Amino acid sequence: MTTVTPAADLNPQLLLSVDGVTVDFDGFKALNGFSMTLDRGTLRVLIGPNGAGKSTLCDTIIGRVRATSGHVYFKGEDITHLPEYQIVQRGICRKFQTPGVLPGLTVLDNLLIAAHRERRWWRSLTSAASPAERARADEVLEKVGLAERRDMLACELAHGEKQWLEIGMVVATDADLLLLDEPTAGMGPAETSKTAQLIHSLLGRHAVLVIDHDMSFVEQLGGRVTVLHQGQFLKEGSVAQIRQDPDVAAVYLGRSEH
Amino acid sequence: MTVNQAPWPLRFGWVALLLLAVAAPWIVSPYELSLLGRFLAMSILAIGLVLVWGEAGILTLGQGVFFGLGGYVLAMHLKLAALNPGDIPDFMTWSGRSDLPWWWQPFTSPLVAITAVVVVPGVIAAMFSWLVFRRRVVGVYFALITQALALCFATLLISQQESTGGFNGLTDFSTLFGFDLAAKGTVWTLYWITVILLTLSYLGVRWLMRSRFGTMLRATRDGENRVRFLGHNPTPYKVVAFTVSAVLAGIGGALFTLHAGVVSPALVGVVPSIEMVIWVAVGGRGSLWGAVAGTLLVNFAKDEISSAMPDAWLYALGLVFILVVTLMPRGVAGVIEDALRRLRPVAPAGKKATITSPAGLGGAP
Repeated sequence: MTTVTPAADLNPQLLLSVDGVTVDFDGFKALNGFSMTLDRGTLRVLIGPNGAGKSTLCDTIIGRVRATSGHVYFKGEDITHLPEYQIVQRGICRKFQTPGVLPGLTVLDNLLIAAHRERRWWRSLTSAASPAERARADEVLEKVGLAERRDMLACELAHGEKQWLEIGMVVATDADLLLLDEPTAGMGPAETSKTAQLIHSLLGRHAVLVIDHDMSFVEQLGGRVTVLHQGQFLKEGSVAQIRQDPDVAAVYLGRSEH
Repeated sequence: MTVNQAPWPLRFGWVALLLLAVAAPWIVSPYELSLLGRFLAMSILAIGLVLVWGEAGILTLGQGVFFGLGGYVLAMHLKLAALNPGDIPDFMTWSGRSDLPWWWQPFTSPLVAITAVVVVPGVIAAMFSWLVFRRRVVGVYFALITQALALCFATLLISQQESTGGFNGLTDFSTLFGFDLAAKGTVWTLYWITVILLTLSYLGVRWLMRSRFGTMLRATRDGENRVRFLGHNPTPYKVVAFTVSAVLAGIGGALFTLHAGVVSPALVGVVPSIEMVIWVAVGGRGSLWGAVAGTLLVNFAKDEISSAMPDAWLYALGLVFILVVTLMPRGVAGVIEDALRRLRPVAPAGKKATITSPAGLGGAP
C-alpha cells in the first residue's frame, strides 16, 4: 500500500493534514478514522462533548499518543512516528489543559527557554540568549500582557496569567502550528475575551487549533469549527452553522443547554 | 542566573571562611584537622548533589558508588606503591592469591590512578544514566535503581575478598607519590589540596548553575514534559548533571581515602549513600554553601554523638532528617538566607532578578 502525501502540491497553503487516524486504547477507540486539514495562518476550533477525542487528537499530533493507524502530515512530511521534541522542532507547539509553566523559573526565563533556537545541550554552557531571542521574548511578553511580570517567578502568577504565560511560551517557539487545549480553563469572562483577542492577534503568522467547550468563547473566536463525536468527524462549518445544525445539537449543544 | 541575589553577608562571608579554612592547620588539633579534611572531601560530593538533586531534581541514593570508585582506584595505587617489586598486597596473600589481578596492574602508575579517579566514576555514571534517563525513568523509580546500584556495589566488594579486600576494604597506606603519608607536611598539603579542590568544585558548579545549562536543569526539574514539548531533549542535560556529580563524588572519595587512610564497603553502600543525601537536605539542597555547611554540621555531630553514645547516632540522624524535611524544606541555608533577607532587604523586589550575561556573547549561530 502506498500512502500518498495528501495534496501538499495541490494546496500550497496546506499545513497540517490528519489522515484517517485511529487511536485504540485497548479496544476503546478514542479516535476512529478521523481526518482533517488545516491551512497556514488560519484558525480552527475543535469542539465536542467530553470524551469525544479532542485532547487525544492533540496528543497524537504532538506525539504524546501514537496513532494505531492513519497518518499525521505536517508541511507534507509524515510526522506520525517522530519523537516529541523533533515534532516540536518541525514547528508544532502545544499548550496543555493545566498550565504547564515552569514554576521555579522567572517569567522571562520561561519564555527564553521557549524562544531558544539553539537546542544542542553543549551550546547551553557557553551561549546566552541571542539578541534576537531576547527581542522575541520581550515581544511575546508585551503580546500576552505580562511585561510587568517578567522578573517574577512563574509560580507567583495568578491562574489566568499562567495560562497566558503558557500561551506565550507556545508563541515564543515561533511554531507554525499552535495547539491550544482549553486556553480559557478557569478564566472569568473578562480574561476569556482577552484570550480571544490574543488568539486573533496570532493568526497569519501562526495557524491555531483551539480546543474548548465554552461556547461563548468559541463564538468570540469565530473562525471555522470542527465537531468531534465519539472519536469521529461529525461536522465542520462556521459557528453559526454549527449552532443551527441539528446533529450537533443532538450530541453536544443540546446537552450543554439544559 | 538565580532569581535571588545572595544577601550581602553571604556574598562576602566566603572570603573570611576561605581564609579560616586555609589557616585551619595552625588553629586546630591534628585530630580535628584530620576530621576537617575528611568532611571537606565529603563536601565535594555534597556540591555534586546540589547540582543533580537541587538543580536537576534527580534524587540519587547511589552516590556512595561513585565516592567508593574514586576511593578504591586511588587506594589500589596506594597499596601497590607500598610494595617491593614483584610482591602483591598482603590481603591477597591471606586470601590465597599468588598473582596480581590484571585489572590491578595499570594502577601501579600514579598517573593512571589519578586519571581513573575522574574517569571511572564519570564513564560509569554517564553510561548508566544515559541508559536510564533515555528510558524516561524518573523520580522515585530512579532513586530505587540507584539504591540497588549501591547495594550491588557494596555486595560485590565484599564478595570479592581476594581482589578487593572484602569487608575490611583497603587500608594501611604508607606513601603517596613518594611522600610519607604520616608526615605532617604531607597531611597539611593534602588538606590544602582538598580546600583548593573544594573551592574549584564550588566555583565550577556555581558557573554551571548560572549558565543557560543551569536554567535548563531547573526547567527540566520543574516540568520535564513541558521542556520536551518546547522542542528540547532533556536527556543530555540530566546525563551531564548526573555525570558531573559522580565525578565530584569520585574526587571526594579519593581525597577522603587519603585523609582517613581507609576505604571500605561500609563507606559506599546503601546507608552511607542515604546519609550523603541527608547532609545536603540538612544544609539545603538548593544552596552550594548550604550543602557544605550541612556536610560539616552533620558529620561533626556524628563524630560527637557516636563517640558519646554509639547507638544513638542513627536515631539522631533520622530525627534530624524528619525535622528538616517537615520544618525547613530548604534546609539550614534556607532559614539563614530568609533571616538575612528580613534583616536587610538587598534590593527592591522588582530588581531582584538581573540578567548579567552580556547579550552580545554567543547566541544564535
